[in-house]
Amino acid sequence: MNGRIIGIAGPTVSVDLPGLKLYERVYVGHAMLTGEVVRLERKRAVVQVYEETRGLAVGEPVKGAGTPLIVRLGPGLLGGMFDGLQRPLERLRDDMGPFITAGKELYALDYLRPWRFQPAMKKGDLASLGTIIGHVEEGAFQHAVPFTRQQEGTISTMAGGDICLADALGTLEDGTDIAGCHEWPVRAPRPFRRKLPSTEPMVTGQRSIDFLYPLARGGTAVIPGGFGTGKTILEQSIAKFADVDIVVYVGCGERGNEMADLIEEFRELKDPWTDRRLMDRTILVVNTSNMPVAAREASIFTAVTMAEYYRDMGYHVLFLADSLSRWAEALREISSSLEEMPGEEGYPTYLVSRLAGFVERAGVVETLSGAVGSLSMILSVSPPGGDFTEPVTQACLRTAGTFLMLDTSLAHRRQFPAINWFQSYSLHEQEIMEHFTRTVSPAWEQSARRCRRLLKDAEALREVAEIVGAEGLQDADRLVMHTAEMIRRDFLGQNAYSDDAFSPPEKTLKRISGIIAFHEDALKKLEAGTGLEEVLASSERGVRNAE
Amino acid sequence: MRLAEHIYRTISTAAGPLLFLENIQQARIGEIVSVRAPDGRTTEAEVLEIAGGTVLLEVYGETRGLDIAKTTVTFTDAVRKAPLAPDMLGRVFTGSFAPRDDLPLYVPDVWKSVSGAPINPAARARPEEFIETGLSSIDCLTTLVKGQKLPVFSCAGLPSRELVARILRQARLGEAGREFAVVFAALGLTFREYSFYLEAIGAMTTGFVAFVNMADEPVMERLLAPRFALTTAEYLAFDLGMDVLVVITDMTNYCDALREVSTAREELPGRRGYPGYLYSDLASLFERAGRIQGMKGSVTMLPVVTMPEDDITHPIPDLTGYITEGQIVLSRDLHQKGVFPPIDVLPSLSRLMQRGIGEGHTREDHRKVANHLYASYAKGRELRRLEAIVGRDGMTERDRTMLDLADAFEREFVHQGEERRTISETLDRGIGLLQKFGVDVQ
Repeated sequence: MNGRIIGIAGPTVSVDLPGLKLYERVYVGHAMLTGEVVRLERKRAVVQVYEETRGLAVGEPVKGAGTPLIVRLGPGLLGGMFDGLQRPLERLRDDMGPFITAGKELYALDYLRPWRFQPAMKKGDLASLGTIIGHVEEGAFQHAVPFTRQQEGTISTMAGGDICLADALGTLEDGTDIAGCHEWPVRAPRPFRRKLPSTEPMVTGQRSIDFLYPLARGGTAVIPGGFGTGKTILEQSIAKFADVDIVVYVGCGERGNEMADLIEEFRELKDPWTDRRLMDRTILVVNTSNMPVAAREASIFTAVTMAEYYRDMGYHVLFLADSLSRWAEALREISSSLEEMPGEEGYPTYLVSRLAGFVERAGVVETLSGAVGSLSMILSVSPPGGDFTEPVTQACLRTAGTFLMLDTSLAHRRQFPAINWFQSYSLHEQEIMEHFTRTVSPAWEQSARRCRRLLKDAEALREVAEIVGAEGLQDADRLVMHTAEMIRRDFLGQNAYSDDAFSPPEKTLKRISGIIAFHEDALKKLEAGTGLEEVLASSERGVRNAE
Repeated sequence: MRLAEHIYRTISTAAGPLLFLENIQQARIGEIVSVRAPDGRTTEAEVLEIAGGTVLLEVYGETRGLDIAKTTVTFTDAVRKAPLAPDMLGRVFTGSFAPRDDLPLYVPDVWKSVSGAPINPAARARPEEFIETGLSSIDCLTTLVKGQKLPVFSCAGLPSRELVARILRQARLGEAGREFAVVFAALGLTFREYSFYLEAIGAMTTGFVAFVNMADEPVMERLLAPRFALTTAEYLAFDLGMDVLVVITDMTNYCDALREVSTAREELPGRRGYPGYLYSDLASLFERAGRIQGMKGSVTMLPVVTMPEDDITHPIPDLTGYITEGQIVLSRDLHQKGVFPPIDVLPSLSRLMQRGIGEGHTREDHRKVANHLYASYAKGRELRRLEAIVGRDGMTERDRTMLDLADAFEREFVHQGEERRTISETLDRGIGLLQKFGVDVQ
């Protein structure tokens, strides 16, 4: 059915096309821009357009797609790089040159590329939603191809060997083809059997996180921080080193140069857990700050749907978004162009519920095929003016299990990662500490407590020292401050550009144990009557030699 | 596509810079129209919103003297484009692309849309080529690389103009033989500043194109000028293969113009009255900096932001900092001490520095020298606060040395008056300073 454009205001377009459904995908204008129906009235529909609308004229044609905004799921997503609408950016570049102009539709999947298919079902087997039909070798991963029809069916024929996605993998007895790929609406969470509690750690290789504020598989962490506090570097370090199978990284309204850097780095670097190229386990979704705002809003949903798809194969997937504030701002821009009633700071009042619904897509699940997969989320937030009382940070706090607050004053001291060790917290702390105590060393829990204690004592002493001067403190107290400084510099500080960028739990424990041992030793010497300067001089040499 | 121009005389409402027209056929969003007042004066306007036959126009320039009965509006069926040609080098234009130097306009080679198209992130080349500005504090500690956008955060009364002029005069963008050009956009300039910059530009040996919008010229041109400047820069860089440095001053005037226009459109105000889309709008400018794989040229941006009330958390510097790849922060304190350039290296940052320094870019010891200088100066600055409380005598010998180092760093390293230093001279000076105070550079 065809209609016409009757009004345009920024990214929202009114059309006179009858028969549209809410959230249906629409092609707008001669350029066939992608849009989504956001409001229906008796005589007009309001469409939110995901591409640049400049130059669009009243009277241009509009066509409904009959389906909502979808992503295409199938083998070939890994190692890919997509925009907020899942258009493959590399093929887009090869087709259109270095600049993105509107209205080009490209499919995320390559339907003609051959894949090696290993069937897991045979004639006569009953397939239901989520059953694994067979496996495709996608790089080093076994890509489980699910049965995607709601209604059950009995297999009649089954292919094997080299196939491509344009062909059917087999047929059902009722005559329908079985496809190797399918479409899924981005805003609908993918189904699973049940959710499981998250009790296992997701090792990040960041000492301050693993040791003090651990992340759980299936959990959600938020990283708020003002500009220059190293959010992006921290997220990228985690994306490189995290102990997961698959990483989905969304550059949501961020810098293009940063993404170019990330892509090159991921091509060069190896995954420390499997020694394969990092890019082979990564999907990038990129919607830089100058790409259309509405697509930025959709980008996190596009990405999380792909993440869920791999979770459903029983993989541990990590979803990282940088930054959620840009997503919320996009939501605000769209809301204001729809002339909705604004809530706090102009954000729509549904910000909190929309965000909560999104974050709930994380978790450890038993999939429809009975495997266990997890989807963990790390979301960075860019509070305006570094003010954590703003709505987006607060909305995130209500849903997240781990809160890693980045501190501008630490960043100015070039203490990276600039995680504030008094304001941050992890709700998984106890379970995961127990897990590491079991798996790494019995000393883990005790060391963690000791480390916290030292940092806390030093903070209290620092306040005193600011009044009376460091000289005015007792030797034992000055030792605490000295040790805390060592923890800060040598343990919590981690240079993202050195070999130290990734620290496995064993190394993490070894390093803190060294510092604690130094402290105990120095304390004993002090009690024996040795002067502090002398103790520090001799012990520090000892620590250095031991490394 | 319409075959003829449409001319209407159907204005229903006129208020400030906005006009409502009725019964318009097939208007385009962003379409350029010309508005002819009863006295024969014409100004340009742009289509802002369309609802059926009703069109909302925003007028660039003066609306005084327009009326409802006789004013005519001509629709052109085209969005705004910039006329581009190699001949534009050496020319000075107004904010609406009219020559300011009394010479006729050249014959354009191509016309390009002023809003530009985003660079495909997959087509970007990673910025990693060092630009030598000849200023130690920037070259050593906040290194600028080709394709970067690095703003100068200044405060009212600080010599940001002089700093920009120095960089324009001294910057060396890579090897000899490569063509280098400066595109300069001045927004809301006072006459005093205008003459200063004109002199600075006149002294330049490289090619330049300038877009100048004076303080008493239309506010809408302030929004256009940087877009013309960037379209020009993209043309020079990616069509003609030049390395282009874009200097925009002052972004605070741009943001204020945006706020003024947004308020006139009766949009919902965000923080401090700036529109909610300020981030996206600024990004649509700043993100045009970059390099492209397989292409020779580059666009590097150096916008100047004057922080209102010296407040770095004000929405303008705050949002700028979130988009740009670092910032150069000027300090009132250093300026009062007579340091030029008064760059406070502690809050200053270049996010792309890691790729642009070291062997093959600057010198293999660059990173080490920079880290030691930064750490020592940071320590010295921290101790200054302590000194204010407990006094110099209450401090250890080592702490007193660090205090002296911080003073010497400001006096001898950051301060350089009229001198131009190569990166080697800068690094040697840094090493000398550290050694003098007993800091082991190894």
